[in-house]
Amino acid sequence: MAIYLFADTQVLVQGITGNQGSFHVRQMVKYGTKVVAGVSPGKGGQDLDGIPVYDTVAAAAERHRLDASILFIPAPFAKDAAFEAIDSGVKVLIMLPEHIPVQDAMAVVAFAKSRGTVIVGPNTFGVISSGKCKIGIMPNQFFVPGRVGVVSRSGTLCYEIVGNLTAAGFGTSTVVGLGGDRVVGLNFTDVLAEMEQDPETEAIVMVGEIGGSAEEEAALFIKEHMTKPVIAYLAGKSAPPGKRMGHAGAIIERGKGTFAGKIKALNSAGVPVAELPFQVPELVAKALGK
Amino acid sequence: MKLFEYMGKELFVNYGIPVPAGGVAATPEEAVALANEVGSVVVKSQILSGKRGKSGGIGFTDSPAEAGALAARMLGSELNGFIVEKVLVEKKLQIDRELYLALTIDGAARKPVVLASAQGGMDIEEVPEEHIIKKTLDVTIGLQPFVTREVTRRLGLSGAVAKQVADIMLKMYRMFVERDAELVEINPLVLSGEQVIAADAKVTIDDDALFRQRGLPVVEERTAAEKKAHDLGLSYVELDGDIAVMANGAGVTMATLDLIEYYGGQAANFLDAGGGAGVEQTAKALELLLAKKPKAILINIFGGITRCDDVANAFAYVKQSKVIPVPVVIRLVGTNEEKGRAILRENGIEAYQLMHEAAAKAVEIAREN
Repeated sequence: MAIYLFADTQVLVQGITGNQGSFHVRQMVKYGTKVVAGVSPGKGGQDLDGIPVYDTVAAAAERHRLDASILFIPAPFAKDAAFEAIDSGVKVLIMLPEHIPVQDAMAVVAFAKSRGTVIVGPNTFGVISSGKCKIGIMPNQFFVPGRVGVVSRSGTLCYEIVGNLTAAGFGTSTVVGLGGDRVVGLNFTDVLAEMEQDPETEAIVMVGEIGGSAEEEAALFIKEHMTKPVIAYLAGKSAPPGKRMGHAGAIIERGKGTFAGKIKALNSAGVPVAELPFQVPELVAKALGK
Repeated sequence: MKLFEYMGKELFVNYGIPVPAGGVAATPEEAVALANEVGSVVVKSQILSGKRGKSGGIGFTDSPAEAGALAARMLGSELNGFIVEKVLVEKKLQIDRELYLALTIDGAARKPVVLASAQGGMDIEEVPEEHIIKKTLDVTIGLQPFVTREVTRRLGLSGAVAKQVADIMLKMYRMFVERDAELVEINPLVLSGEQVIAADAKVTIDDDALFRQRGLPVVEERTAAEKKAHDLGLSYVELDGDIAVMANGAGVTMATLDLIEYYGGQAANFLDAGGGAGVEQTAKALELLLAKKPKAILINIFGGITRCDDVANAFAYVKQSKVIPVPVVIRLVGTNEEKGRAILRENGIEAYQLMHEAAAKAVEIAREN
């Protein structure tokens, strides 16, 4: 078991022939991901290292079972591509692009809900079930199988923390990038619920940041529903209000989304919060009694 | 992108939302002319910030000459950190009741949300939660009249006024969608006799949708350096400290600033060079940092997609083309780490492996400098 992605998950790549797409497809294949098809309108009939390329998702779906898809598509066209993937029935859609208009993100999330598709992102680095399947752009070398689930709003900070965990001897079960935008398909709560049920996950690390209320909602959920230990690290303690810190969602607006508020919520749910990123493994070890 | 009140009201007019008679003035003479047309007026400083009334940015008068004097006092002055370049001169309303009405995005629900309150005229943050009506909207059906009827009922409105408020909500929603807004706020929405009028307009457009919103005016909120960074495709925010920072990824950059604060220093900026910045982009980012004349520079790279040798080469390139007058502390791990370290070593820099050690060092150097 794992969550969202499994050893036999068959993956479609939309925008496979672009620079970014082709580079990361090769990295995914190297990791062991079963990339079965790609789509690039107008390039049907070509292939990338033997992976067949189709003009449309429907054409790819005629030939292959498509469980999940990832978008390497410029933001202005991402909504259409997402609709196309959802319409073809993929179960998980990874929306990598940054700068997708928020109204497009809301439209995609609403359509996905009506079809039962899980949306990850936008502005995510993807999802990886360590040792089984990687769909995203995270560096392969840090993701070794283990018992710690990680869920993060940001990419490189997540790699930093997973790197620290790996160095301390903790492998990862599934690592989920929620995405840095204001409206994203999965929130902490959704992933925590899955990880609570996942027999391969023993402890969970959540990597949050200022802005929005996802951490506060997670704290409420943890208090009520989680039996597995959750450890947190939050970025943005020193961020000034009213400034967007790189991510569209990382902004303290009208007194909401502050660092202090999130810490308070997590502490009241009994979640230990690491003050510095490198302290996360110690807290995990403590929680697991190791 | 935040719009000035007068721009928001111009959009309101396009969508048929009633606003007070009047117009925008850039000189006292223009303000006098508008007051002559309108009569009894309110003169409002146009800045991208609320709380104008409390800081003297709003004045009322019955005399056109005094409207000119108010405009003369406001124009060019600094208000809440902004320079006033224009004033809005509008008919003073007879106020019977003030409501609050807004459309914005509920990130938790992943939906647009209507916010309404019978306690208009004050900051919505100061209104108790139980007095705020919230209705999230399903984007597949949008804002339907039944929602507006429920909102006006709960606002305690009836008859012609309720119909007008409902009509304004529908128009706000159309504008919200068509203009890719993140926020359309009317505070206060004034009930004046049988009329309902938007006395204020706060409109924010989604920056990520500006590519398809070409008809809108351009409002530049960024500082010159922030604009330059934006044009380079970098995410940059100016801060007050003396340690210039470059990192890759928004989360790591924020965490780097936090570490600087933790060790007692202050960052001069937030600069996210991106998850996969190449040599050229990194070099341009470095030049931007040097322009800030910091006491130290901290570069924190956890190379995943970003390659450590690219970052090191960018540093070497900048160092060859210009004098770097301040100490540079670099933390470099990840993809092609050894190559990157070797390049830095040739340039006289021993890279750190742990980000907190690098941050502590940068703070120490800045303190000594």
